[in-house]
Amino acid sequence: MAIRGTEIKIQGLTHRYGSRSGVTFNRVDLVSPPGEALAIIGRSGCGKSTLLHILAGVLKPTEGKVLLNGTEITAPSPRWVMMFQAPHLFPWMTVTQNVGVGLSFGRWSKQEIAERVTEAIKLVELQEFATANVQDLSGGQQQRVALARSLVMEPELLLLDEPFSALDAFTRASLQKDVRSIAKRKGFNIVFVTHDIDEAVIMGDRAVIMAGSPGNIVHELDIDLPDPRDRHDDAVQALRTRLMATFQEAANYTKPQSATLAA
Amino acid sequence: MSVAVTTAQEGGICRLMKHPVVQNIGWAAGGIAILAILWSIAGYLLVNDPSTKNFAKFGLVPTLKAFPELWEMGKIQNALAASGYRLGMGLLIAIVIGVPIGILMGRVKWFRDYTNSPFQFVRMISPLSWMPIAVLVFATWNGSIIFLIAIAAVWPIMFATAAGLAKVDPNWFKVARNLGARPWHILTKVIMPAISFDVFSGMRLALGVAWIVIVPAEYLGVTSGLGYSIKDARETLSYDHLTAMVVTIGIVGYFLDSILVVIINRSSWHRG
Ligand SMILES: Nc1ncnc2c1ncn2[C@@H]1O[C@H](COP(=O)(O)OP(=O)(O)OP(=O)(O)O)[C@@H](O)[C@H]1O
Ligand SMILES: [Mg+2]
Repeated sequence: MAIRGTEIKIQGLTHRYGSRSGVTFNRVDLVSPPGEALAIIGRSGCGKSTLLHILAGVLKPTEGKVLLNGTEITAPSPRWVMMFQAPHLFPWMTVTQNVGVGLSFGRWSKQEIAERVTEAIKLVELQEFATANVQDLSGGQQQRVALARSLVMEPELLLLDEPFSALDAFTRASLQKDVRSIAKRKGFNIVFVTHDIDEAVIMGDRAVIMAGSPGNIVHELDIDLPDPRDRHDDAVQALRTRLMATFQEAANYTKPQSATLAA
Repeated sequence: MSVAVTTAQEGGICRLMKHPVVQNIGWAAGGIAILAILWSIAGYLLVNDPSTKNFAKFGLVPTLKAFPELWEMGKIQNALAASGYRLGMGLLIAIVIGVPIGILMGRVKWFRDYTNSPFQFVRMISPLSWMPIAVLVFATWNGSIIFLIAIAAVWPIMFATAAGLAKVDPNWFKVARNLGARPWHILTKVIMPAISFDVFSGMRLALGVAWIVIVPAEYLGVTSGLGYSIKDARETLSYDHLTAMVVTIGIVGYFLDSILVVIINRSSWHRG
């Protein structure tokens, strides 16, 4: 199996939305080895989506940089693809057209596009809606189209921003397993944001916890579990409990500046 | 077809009558019949009043009789060909200029800020008031008429395009760029399908204005087209020909507008 994955190096990453807004996060450092599935968890508003946008190249950092195998990310590319928190589908297109839209920007033959799109649609179990307009789909179905639209690109790095939050528990569980097994099979990296501790443990090789304002990575935990993972396994449950405890610890985290100010 | 047949066979004449298409045709036929009756009454009054007897040919029957005459002489065909060419060229120019400028207005804030006032100002000038200037600037009458149509039609297209673009969800651009779209793809795969409905709606308005402008524009100079035919009929006192041409303008305008309505409905992806 060829490793398509990439080493991600985040160096001194600082971001603020404008001169008048505060710093979103300050001097974040992180390394993720090729093929790793990395979970980012943290309270709402601590800058997880912003970090993912920078990794995707759609947002520029104020300071610092992100390197993929040593090359700096400065713009979007089909090699690092993000699935956003909302589906943002193109409402004038069918499911098939939406899933294939990224491939239609590249140099793929019609035949290749058709094959890959069919496979991706099958994966998210939307075959019977393939020719439906996406406006006729439920929120969860739309989210699955967005997932297929990202997966079909077969990127080196897949960024997922709370990908399954709109789905029912059954679909969520099966897609968590599917996405992880595809990533492992193809060897690409995943960085995913989640509010769901279970999701971090089922899908991740490692979890980092962001907290504080400005945010930063305050804890990390290796999720060293064999595949396939089942949420009822004792080992999974044990790690879940540990991650929960670490997360709660992080919730009590106070940023260094305010600590010094108080002293 | 088969649906209509089976319902009719089931004794469903009533149901067929309630079919929306049938109902629409019914309404249209009724409306036109009322119009024809009023027109006949007016024609009857004209004939019976000695002071207006000279204008009797304005009536419905003489007008209807004029159609085959005009058609055999090729006057209707020639007038439509000449006016159609000017209309088509004028609209084409309006589209080629209006759509890109509209996209710029919708996409580039400083451009919109700079151009809004001058455009709103020029837009309010009646297209026909450009006539003397157009005649000076363009060597041919055809050229000046096409210019008048273009300047009348460009504003609805431009502003509809800009308004359409203003409604475009910026997230679509983010998604497209994220999946590797180049500016060309953004234009052809995102902007154009997203705003086609608005652009075609603008074209419908533009067609309406252009269709109004073309007749008076052809009163001057040219010796072909719908406007010329009307002027010619009036000068030769062939009032039946005059009304027949007027009716032709109405019918063709209605037909062109209907085509655009169909295109607009097809290009719409909005729900509800
Ligand atoms: N476009 C923007 N302009 C200005 N500030 C923004 C913008 N987007 C987000 N922010 C601010 O930046 C901070 C981080 O936002 P971000 O969306 O990255 O949080 P998040 O961790 O993804 O939250 P959630 O879990 O709710 O999705 C928030 O305080 C938010 O108010
Ligand atoms: Mg977020």
